[in-house]
Amino acid sequence: MSNSVEQQKRKVFDLKTIEVENVSRIFRISSEKEILALDDVSLHVKEGEVFGLLGPNGAGKTTLIKILATLLLPSKGRAFVAGHDVVKEPAKVRRVINLVSGGETPGYGSITTRENLWFFSQLYGLPKGESMKRIAKLSEDLALQEYLNTRTHKLSTGYRQRLNLARGLINDPKVLFLDEPTLGLDVITAKRIREIVRNRVKNGSGNSILITTHYMVEADQICDRIAIIDRGRMIALGTPAELKKMVSKQTIVSIETQPIDGGMDFMSSIAGVNGYSQTDEPSTGRIKLKVVLNEEGALQNVIHAVSARGRIFEIAKSEPTLEDVYIALVGKGFE
Amino acid sequence: MHEFQVNVRAAIARARVRIKGTIQDPAWMIAEMIIPMFSIGGFILLYRALGAPASYSGFVIVGGTMIAFWTNVLWGMAAQFYWEKEVGNLEIYFVAPISRMAILLGMALGSIVTMVLRVFGIVLFGILLFNVSLNIVDPIAVAIIFTLTLASLYSLGMVFSSLYLLWGREAWKLNELLVEPIYFLSGFFFQIRGNVVVPLVLQFASSLIPMTFGLDGLRKVLILGQGLQSVLLEVSVLIAFSIALFVAAHYVLGYMENLAKKEGRLTLRWQ
Repeated sequence: MSNSVEQQKRKVFDLKTIEVENVSRIFRISSEKEILALDDVSLHVKEGEVFGLLGPNGAGKTTLIKILATLLLPSKGRAFVAGHDVVKEPAKVRRVINLVSGGETPGYGSITTRENLWFFSQLYGLPKGESMKRIAKLSEDLALQEYLNTRTHKLSTGYRQRLNLARGLINDPKVLFLDEPTLGLDVITAKRIREIVRNRVKNGSGNSILITTHYMVEADQICDRIAIIDRGRMIALGTPAELKKMVSKQTIVSIETQPIDGGMDFMSSIAGVNGYSQTDEPSTGRIKLKVVLNEEGALQNVIHAVSARGRIFEIAKSEPTLEDVYIALVGKGFE
Repeated sequence: MHEFQVNVRAAIARARVRIKGTIQDPAWMIAEMIIPMFSIGGFILLYRALGAPASYSGFVIVGGTMIAFWTNVLWGMAAQFYWEKEVGNLEIYFVAPISRMAILLGMALGSIVTMVLRVFGIVLFGILLFNVSLNIVDPIAVAIIFTLTLASLYSLGMVFSSLYLLWGREAWKLNELLVEPIYFLSGFFFQIRGNVVVPLVLQFASSLIPMTFGLDGLRKVLILGQGLQSVLLEVSVLIAFSIALFVAAHYVLGYMENLAKKEGRLTLRWQ
């Protein structure tokens, strides 16, 4: 490619680190069954942005990350990372990315944390001095110093995940893919990881992060923009504030009730109910309902219908959250 | 940094990890040296009971040591992609800007170092326990044949490893299928090529396996006291096998990776 074309290409993608154009992905399960994991998704991630993909399990978030990380081919559409086509130029894409999957404990258990990190740094050709410098910095950021000389099979789940994140940052990637990075982690480790994610993009570093999560609060806290994905389709896109604004005219109500025989399916048929989600509260044996109403007047209908089936302990109006946006768009929660 | 340098660093690092992992588990090394001695000892005693020439005991030692490499190629290299996939490492390798062959080469180098230790152990046991004598007159010929045998074997391992990019347990079954027939056809414990009691069709089939030529060559230079001149055929065939299999591995790995990405099976577990 000539210099001018290359420069032009760079310029176009200067502000868009990731560009996804009408990407679909079909998985053939058997000769008769196919699953549409991604359905005509288009989005872009800007330089210096933390972009969240929010959706329940099986929504297609990981599929999209795998396509962008060159681990999977799209069935249709095109995708670019740092201006490079993920299908035609995978080698160029790999030079600027890294991927961290939550719940994974990659590396080799029989060697130490430091040796594992050194090993991963060699996959990017880092000279020894540079590699050791980065290991020291990352272990400090992630509070891993104490465990640098510990064999990794002896680390707890939380520390293994810290190691996993350190591994993902060892090459200082321009684009970092985080797939459910706080999955199953304790509160302190999850908080630390969220801080690192935020710190990575601030101060105009130009680094970008694409993160998938099904934790609404996490997405709200760390993402600049969020795409909500459901059954392979992108159903909403915007900043957390913009998304919440989508339900600002609706009424969000939390209802605490006793478990109701026959389930909560009747909720869908109540006039004025846009959607609902339910959470079991094992400590109290109660159920917490989150209901999104098209109009406040519908609350009476809900109270009437629920109280006819079980005792209501508490009713409260609440400020809109991303969960409410999802409920309003899909009609139900992530369960 | 130059792509070649990155791949060299990655290969060395992978080799170091494998060596370190092995050293940290010395019990495994000892077991690996002692357990093969039972089958090796059985064949040596059998040959002696039948009144076979003394060199046959040496043949068994050579075969027994090379079995270690063949087993390692199948389970420690080809099937390694399966384990890497299961623990989540394969994803990391394939996201990194390195050649898949660099990783496999690193595994091979790491294995060779540890396997050589094992070989020394087996040979030492053979000499001490069964009074087997080596007859080396041309150490360079030994080094050439040994190196070429390993090069062709590990290149074959790279070809096999590509199967694990697409399949899991199915490829595992293929590995299992390749153990005993190769033991038999390569002549680990007795010579196949030129052996009058072995049918010609089997001799032909054995010629398609690099290990057969490696074993023949090693027996000549280690036990029968022959030099480079007498193993030129083996050297030529092993060079051809090494080049052909290495090149084939490059293309097959690329093809299978692409197919696996298309079918969505590259990082799919529990296959």
